[in-house]
Amino acid sequence: MADCYVINRELIAMVSIIMGLLYLVLGPLFGGLVTGLDRRISARMQGRFGPPILQPFYDVLKLFEKEQIVVRRSQNVYVYFYLLFIVFTGVLFFMGEDLLLVIFSLTLAAIFFVLAGYKGGSPFSIIGAERELLQMMAYEPMVLMMAVGMYMATKSFYVGDIVTSPAMPIMLLPGIFIGLTYVLTIKLRKSPFDLSTSHHGHQELVKGITTEYSGPALALIEIAHFYEVPFLVGFVFLFFGSHWLLGLLVCAAVYFLEILIDNTFARTKWQFMVAASWVVAAIFGFGNIIILSLLG
Amino acid sequence: MTLAFLIMIQNLVLFLIGFPALAALILAGVPNNNFRNRLVWVFGLIILVVSVVLVVGFGSISSEMLSFHSKALEKVMFYGEWVMSLLILVLSIKHKKLAPLFLVVIQTSLLTWFELGYGHQLEAANNLFVDKLSLVMALIIGVIGSLICIYAVGYMKEFHEKQHPEIKDRRALFFFILFFFLSAMFGIVFSNNLMWLFFFWEVTTLSSFLLIGYKQNEESINNAFRAVFMNLFGGVFFAMAIIYLFLTTNTIELNQMLGLGGLVMLPVVFLSIAGMTKAAQMPFSSWLLGAMVAPTPVSALLHSSTMVKAGVYLLIRVAPLLGGTLAGLLVACVGGVTFIITSFIAISQSDAKKVLAYSTIANLGLIVMCSGIGTPAAIWAAILLVIFHAIAKGLLFLSVGVVEHKLHSRDIESMDNLIIKMPRLAWMLLVGMAGMFLAPFGMLISKWAVLKALVDANPGLTVVLIYGSAATLFFWVKWMGKILAVVQPEKTDETGISRSEWTALYALVTATIAVCLTFPLISRLMIEPFVFGSSTATTILTRGNSLIMIIMMGFVILFRFSLPKKDEGERIVETYLSGLNVDQRNAYSAPLGATKSFISKNYYLSKYFGEKNLSSIGVATSWLIVMLLIGSSLPWLV
Repeated sequence: MADCYVINRELIAMVSIIMGLLYLVLGPLFGGLVTGLDRRISARMQGRFGPPILQPFYDVLKLFEKEQIVVRRSQNVYVYFYLLFIVFTGVLFFMGEDLLLVIFSLTLAAIFFVLAGYKGGSPFSIIGAERELLQMMAYEPMVLMMAVGMYMATKSFYVGDIVTSPAMPIMLLPGIFIGLTYVLTIKLRKSPFDLSTSHHGHQELVKGITTEYSGPALALIEIAHFYEVPFLVGFVFLFFGSHWLLGLLVCAAVYFLEILIDNTFARTKWQFMVAASWVVAAIFGFGNIIILSLLG
Repeated sequence: MTLAFLIMIQNLVLFLIGFPALAALILAGVPNNNFRNRLVWVFGLIILVVSVVLVVGFGSISSEMLSFHSKALEKVMFYGEWVMSLLILVLSIKHKKLAPLFLVVIQTSLLTWFELGYGHQLEAANNLFVDKLSLVMALIIGVIGSLICIYAVGYMKEFHEKQHPEIKDRRALFFFILFFFLSAMFGIVFSNNLMWLFFFWEVTTLSSFLLIGYKQNEESINNAFRAVFMNLFGGVFFAMAIIYLFLTTNTIELNQMLGLGGLVMLPVVFLSIAGMTKAAQMPFSSWLLGAMVAPTPVSALLHSSTMVKAGVYLLIRVAPLLGGTLAGLLVACVGGVTFIITSFIAISQSDAKKVLAYSTIANLGLIVMCSGIGTPAAIWAAILLVIFHAIAKGLLFLSVGVVEHKLHSRDIESMDNLIIKMPRLAWMLLVGMAGMFLAPFGMLISKWAVLKALVDANPGLTVVLIYGSAATLFFWVKWMGKILAVVQPEKTDETGISRSEWTALYALVTATIAVCLTFPLISRLMIEPFVFGSSTATTILTRGNSLIMIIMMGFVILFRFSLPKKDEGERIVETYLSGLNVDQRNAYSAPLGATKSFISKNYYLSKYFGEKNLSSIGVATSWLIVMLLIGSSLPWLV
């Protein structure tokens, strides 16, 4: 019995290390492909043909060939650490670590990105940085509620335990699922919530938070976004516990929904974004938690 | 435990209580500023070393009762209380403040009646005691307290000689109160006799009162009286708690009261109310905001790192009795309301000291919430919060104090370009802020522990922490961004900051980072044995998670050192301003030959998070809860 336990633990450790390594290599490829698909589908929705699926990768490679231009010498270091902590977050997630720790690490990464915006020093990047902060303030409660809900449903904060749990958390957490899908639109920088950096230039914010970033540094920001996609989608996956196939299907459906939303709604004001996300989190997220705790 | 060992502990404890008072008297008698300043260094270092020796040398004890008796000391306390009351009475009459006058009369008559009527029976078997919680508190008081006193040497010199020549130089009085206050703080954490505890408690109230009024202008005098009024209000509850406890159970000892379990709730609840006034919880929080008029070392020492911690210390002591009761839930609600409301209000503030004050009240709220929950995991989280908050907030106050002297403003909006104007101070502020909310720093670890404790005990209360933390994130990061953003060229000038100020600042920066790296050890040696009775691995900080946090800290430190010092071949350009830049980075040439400049300001969202509306909501809600709390404890109602 004891032997069996030891072997099991070693096996789990092995699997989690392999998962972490796989994420390091395949994570950005997956993220880039999803982004490429996203652009193609968006184009089709708008009646265009759209770029090749691999276009995001070509963009990044092209950016690396450009000259490095900066406003302040130190500004790119913020981007390096943004990327580093995004990757760190993803590795923690795919190694099955504590979900709260994953969220805290993601927050730290996002803060490096915001500070990068401030460091740019132009009015556009500073306003972009502050809007990014408003976005964080908007989605943070719901993301934390997701972790709390997962713990109440599976008795564990560990991603590894959640994805192997025989119970399907979504059965207990339908409200939290809806709430998370809602704030995922912010986190994926989709319209109507793409306040901090516009995917489409020539608007009032120029390029918002990334206005002063170009060439290789901008490429790293893009790569960080690639690395972000797998675990953001992974948050949705968690709701299906060990029912992986169903989980993958729902993830695909949710992402498609996000693209649809992106192409349907015009950008909103921050007031609406914060208020709506907080109200959604309060009703669906917190409501769900209260009902669960009453059911005991 | 051998007798010699006990005597050694007792001597160290008595030294820590007695020596600062003695030092205070000496400092008061030295007219020469330079000589007094040197003495402050010496006395401060002595207190620091002795408190470290006590904790390092005797940290392994679990709980020791000390049956120290001294008739003389009790006489001093008895008359001391009278003298203090008389002082407040005279000052109230002089400044025509009726409310504090009224409270001081009530309190003094209550106590005099009690002591004259039952004086001969008011014997405690053990007047003092030491356990792990008192040692942790003593370390905070001894180390942070003395560092702040040392900082005050340079700060007050600058304050009087350069910044405020119009204010009367009363530094002898200032240091007298500061050191006397340290004595009282040690007294609070080592007292088992509630009468003694109460005496020291009142000394801190009086110190706070006198120091808030230090500038002696109308604003400080008004704020000082508001502070003393609210603290006396708590004091009256404290006195009633002792009297009721004695009349019903014939004891005035803390350990015996705790041993009664939940049998007598009234003294527990009344002590909690006293604790909440001292910890500036809503509805009593306004005094702490007013207290920000005091010189910055006072704000750091009394109003963030130590005195307000005495309030939560008392709550943590009674927390096991509060856990699982209606009263406990109500106490938790007061803390919760305070945390969320003050975190929201902090968003709308641009006065640096006010942001720090609101954040202090908010974090004390979290500690109060944990005490109300009262489960071991919650108490553990509460103690972590006390430690991490004291260090990081001390650092922040001290940095802001220096910045204020250099910029002649403590408005956050005036801190543009600080990173090139005063790089070292800017980094200290950044470390302090990161220490307040960001992984892998201390306060985040504590909030994590709080979240975990709440999920297990009462998931509904997590909502407060979740929304409040989102607000916390917002107001800290925008301040960080302000410091880091460089909108125009500026010269570096960090001269004119005294050695005493740098010493305290560097020590606190080191401590902020060091406690994050060593917290698993601190927790295992000092906190877990106190809370759980033994060193049990807590579920939050498994070895794996601690390791991950330490790796993150490594990265963060690496970040600081990877900032480039010299050119690395990038092309440096001006910021993009939608037009041709003119000379400076914050101007561009507009149509018709005009030059337009811009100013970047942060969001304060005062329409939504304004002080006025939110605090009236908070005060009304918390008054209601406090009324329910008092009602819930009255034996003839339950």
